[in-house]
Amino acid sequence: MSKIISLEKAAAKVESGSRVMIGGFLACGTPEKIVDKLIDNGVENLTIIANDTSFPDRGLGKLVSNNCAKKVIASHIGTNPDTGEKMNDGSMEVELVPQGTLAERVRIGGAGLGGFLTPTGVGTVVEEGKDVIESNGEKYLLELPIKGDVALVKAWKADKKGNLIYRKSARNFNPLIAKACDTVIVEAEEIVEVGEIDPDHVMTSSIFVDYIVRGDN
Amino acid sequence: MDVKEKKEIIVKRIAKSLEDGDVVNLGIGMPTLVANHISDEIDIMLQSENGFLGLGPKPEAGKEDKDLTNAGGEAVSVKDGAMFFDSAESFTIIRGGHVDKTILGALQVDAKGNLANWMIPNKIVPGMGGAMDLVVGAKEVIIATLQTTKRGNSKILAECTLPLTAKKEVDYIVTEMGYYKIEDEKLILKEINPDFTIEEIKEATDAELIVAKDLKEMIY
Repeated sequence: MSKIISLEKAAAKVESGSRVMIGGFLACGTPEKIVDKLIDNGVENLTIIANDTSFPDRGLGKLVSNNCAKKVIASHIGTNPDTGEKMNDGSMEVELVPQGTLAERVRIGGAGLGGFLTPTGVGTVVEEGKDVIESNGEKYLLELPIKGDVALVKAWKADKKGNLIYRKSARNFNPLIAKACDTVIVEAEEIVEVGEIDPDHVMTSSIFVDYIVRGDN
Repeated sequence: MDVKEKKEIIVKRIAKSLEDGDVVNLGIGMPTLVANHISDEIDIMLQSENGFLGLGPKPEAGKEDKDLTNAGGEAVSVKDGAMFFDSAESFTIIRGGHVDKTILGALQVDAKGNLANWMIPNKIVPGMGGAMDLVVGAKEVIIATLQTTKRGNSKILAECTLPLTAKKEVDYIVTEMGYYKIEDEKLILKEINPDFTIEEIKEATDAELIVAKDLKEMIY
C-alpha cells in the first residue's frame, strides 16, 4: 500500500472541528504546504495543538489569522497578535501550557501512559484545577496525556514506507505528535526509496506514519 | 547612564559568572546578549529550548539555514560538538537538572526568590513558553533585569504581585546597580557597582536589603 498521496487528498483528511497537532517552533519545522491547503479548503473550528501560534503570515499562525481555529493549546502566543486579539474578544479559546509540560503530555499521549508528575507550575496559575501530589517530600502537579485526530508532521526525508529523518532544529514537536494522533500525515522535503535511509538514522519509524506528501525543499 | 549601557553592565557581569564546562540556557531578550561576552578561555555549551545543544553565533548574511533557529525564531549557527533533539528530550535536559545555569529576564522578582516574567493580566499574555520549566529545573537561576521600570518603580519587590513563573527558585539577581543573592528568602547585596551608593540602591529596591559583610565591587 502506497502512503504517498497528493496534497489535495492529504488536506481533505483534516475535517472541520478536528483536533490537529502541528509540528514547528515559530514556523521552523511546520508543514506549510498542508497548512496553506487547509486555509484554501476553508476548514473551521479546529482545535490546534502546537508549541506556539507562530506569526500571522508564517507557519501555523496563518490558520489562526484566517479564522480556522476555535481553540489553541500552546506554550507561547506572543509572536502572533491575532491570537491574543481573538482570545480577548472571545472568538477563540486559548489554553496556555508550559512548553516542557506540553511536550511531555503529547509524548505520553503517544506512549499509552495515564499521566505524569511535574514540578513545573507548582505555586502558579498552572496549578489551578489540578491534583497536587507529594512524592519524596516534593510537590508535583499531575498532568494528563493529550491526543489528537490528525498530526501534520514536517520531515526532511521520508522513505516510501514512511521512515523519517528531521533536520536540525526543525525536529522540535514533530516526532512527538507523530505518535499521539489517529491519522499522521507527513510533508517531506524529499522522498527516497525504501532502504535508502540507514536504519540507524531513522528518527520516526514508518509504523507511526499513514500518509506522505511531497513538500518543497 | 542609558538603557543600553545598563544592559551591557548586566550581561557582562553575568558572563563572568559562567564557568568552564557549564551547560547554560539564555532566555530571549537581554539574556541572549550574554553570549557576546563569554570568555574564549572557557568552554560553555549553550542549550536552546527548541531542540539543541551547542548554540553558536548568528550566521553571516546569506548563510542563514531555514532549519536552524533559536527559541526566538532567529537564524543561528551551531558549534562543533553540537547535537539536535526533539522537544521532549529538550525538556528532559531542562527539567531533569542537566542545565547548570539559566539566565532569564523579569517583570518582577522578589526577595523570596519568586519570579514573574510571563504575563501582565489584561495587558500582555504571551505565554510562559519554556520559562516555567527552566526556572524549576536549572541548577542555578540568574535573573538579568534593570533595577527599575521605565517609570522608576523597583523591579525587585518584597513580594511579586504579577502571576508567578515559579516560586522560590531564583538564586541570583543582576542589575546595573549590583549583584544580589537570594539566601533563605532574604535579598543580599553581594556586589555594588561603584557608580551608585548603597542609599541609592536601597531607594531603588522595594524589599528589605541586606548588605553583605564582605560587600565587593561589581566588576564587569
